[in-house]
Amino acid sequence: MNISTILDMAAEAFGERVAVVCGEQRYTYAELRERALRAAAHIKASGAAHVALLDTASPAAPVAIYASAYAAVPYVPLNYRLTAPELNELAERIAPAMLITTPDYAKLLTPRADLTLIMRDEFLKLADAGGEPPQPSEDPRDIAVQLFTSGTTGKPKAAILRHENLMSYIVGTVEFAAADENDAIVVTVPPYHIAGISAVLSSTYACRRMVLLPNFEPRAWLAAMRSENVSNAFLVPTMLSRIVDHLVDRGEAPNLPALRALAYGGGKMPLATITKAMQLFPGVDFTNAYGLTETSSTIAVLGPDDHRAAAASRDPAVQRRLASVGKPAAVEIQIRDDDGKVLGAEEAGLVFVRGPQVSGEYLSLGSQLDADGWFPTKDRGYLDADGYLFLDGRADDVIVRGGENISPGEIEDVLLSHAAVADVACVAMPDEQWGEAVAAAIVLHPGAGVSEQELQELVKGRLRSSRVPQRIVFKDALPYNETGKVLRRVIRQEFA
Amino acid sequence: MATALKPGARFKSAVCETQVMVVKAPAGEHDLRCGGAEMIAPTATGAGEPDAALAGGTLIGKRYVNADESLELLCTKGGKGTLSVGGTPLEVKQAKQLPSSD
Repeated sequence: MNISTILDMAAEAFGERVAVVCGEQRYTYAELRERALRAAAHIKASGAAHVALLDTASPAAPVAIYASAYAAVPYVPLNYRLTAPELNELAERIAPAMLITTPDYAKLLTPRADLTLIMRDEFLKLADAGGEPPQPSEDPRDIAVQLFTSGTTGKPKAAILRHENLMSYIVGTVEFAAADENDAIVVTVPPYHIAGISAVLSSTYACRRMVLLPNFEPRAWLAAMRSENVSNAFLVPTMLSRIVDHLVDRGEAPNLPALRALAYGGGKMPLATITKAMQLFPGVDFTNAYGLTETSSTIAVLGPDDHRAAAASRDPAVQRRLASVGKPAAVEIQIRDDDGKVLGAEEAGLVFVRGPQVSGEYLSLGSQLDADGWFPTKDRGYLDADGYLFLDGRADDVIVRGGENISPGEIEDVLLSHAAVADVACVAMPDEQWGEAVAAAIVLHPGAGVSEQELQELVKGRLRSSRVPQRIVFKDALPYNETGKVLRRVIRQEFA
Repeated sequence: MATALKPGARFKSAVCETQVMVVKAPAGEHDLRCGGAEMIAPTATGAGEPDAALAGGTLIGKRYVNADESLELLCTKGGKGTLSVGGTPLEVKQAKQLPSSD
């Protein structure tokens, strides 16, 4: 079992179909396979133990994913936003390695004998070394991809995804050759993100053309969507929010006649954004996907019919599903309390997931699965009576005030309902009396004003006094990572 | 001759173009055939034609399962023969339709 089979099948069935578009570059599935096989021979000959990519989105990413698989060497895309010392530490951990990059990023790396740099353009033009193409290893337990986590609590952890995890995900959630001849997806997530990898694998298996957009910006996204007649797109919530704002500010219609499906995920979607987006793109199928690196991407899906039903319903239980992440995809999901007891519908606790796509494994730390194969996502949430999953933040983000667990999300939802409030994050702050207390960082709409006291009264009236932010600071903007996750640890430091 | 079917193992038909990968299979040995002839290693060379009664064909990308779906093969290359295990033809597994999420 090897993810290179995905490309073999696409090249076999639709070799002449365009696989990748990036600016002026276009490769068919047959060409993508040919380049991956040439690169694989090169990787094998180099003796590299890992293949790293330090680059924005380009055709080198899909070529490197499959070349690594053909060569049976783990693929390690690196975050190009890291600092030079951080990158050099990761290089140390993966050496001996071959690293695909560009001249600008190469300057960040300290030269070392066991790190072979190859420039992206050269990597894409490797000559045929002759001889038999490499026979990929068939061991399902081989590591296909290694992703370094962001390392918010120390050294970055190396999450590993084995061929069996990724193949299970693809075969279990994507129909082979499901795409029509002219279908295309715009990929805006960076190559080092799990969604960037699953986009390549899913699109290949569906035989769908991938349009890679290295730097997201609403105008560039709209232009790429139009020029390539794109039918599908995946966005993180902040991207969709920027597109919605761009269109609303200009009073423009989207003017994307080919667009059929918009999927989103990677962070919490504000209800106002998705509601507005559904109005702006009335005929489009919206899908919310929830997944983690350790689960080979998507584990729950809120599909187009769910979106329409929620928008049209007068039943509050159906309406609120727009704020859920939908139902389990090709996995099982369970909610447990802090003592490990499995909870029933509507009971909030910790989200656990089980299934063949779930790796739940880090190098050196080993498998995090329990004896029955369940992985603790460290997300909090609950299932409703029909099995829809509602998320309620990270377990680490819970504010424990006098022994009471307070979810920042519920307070944030109330504060966001105030007309003056554009963005908010609630975090724990140290408190002598209660251990922890609620603090809020708030961004106001331009020109809007509201007092600290008015916001405190709002929370007190809607929730209860224990939820009232003890301190509120007003900010110009909140810190986010590139996939739209608010960086709570940065905000917490402000109140420490 | 029966053979163990380990997940990830690949086989090809001796009598047509069909190739499969094992997704899952119960432990033990199974008599895996295509077009009536035993399936062979991907690198081996076959000969002959599918049995006319077992020439229903396979389609690339389809998953083939036994009655209780304990055994599942992914067709990685289509051909003319019918897949069977222990003399019983395998059926196409109905895919769970999921909206495209990435």
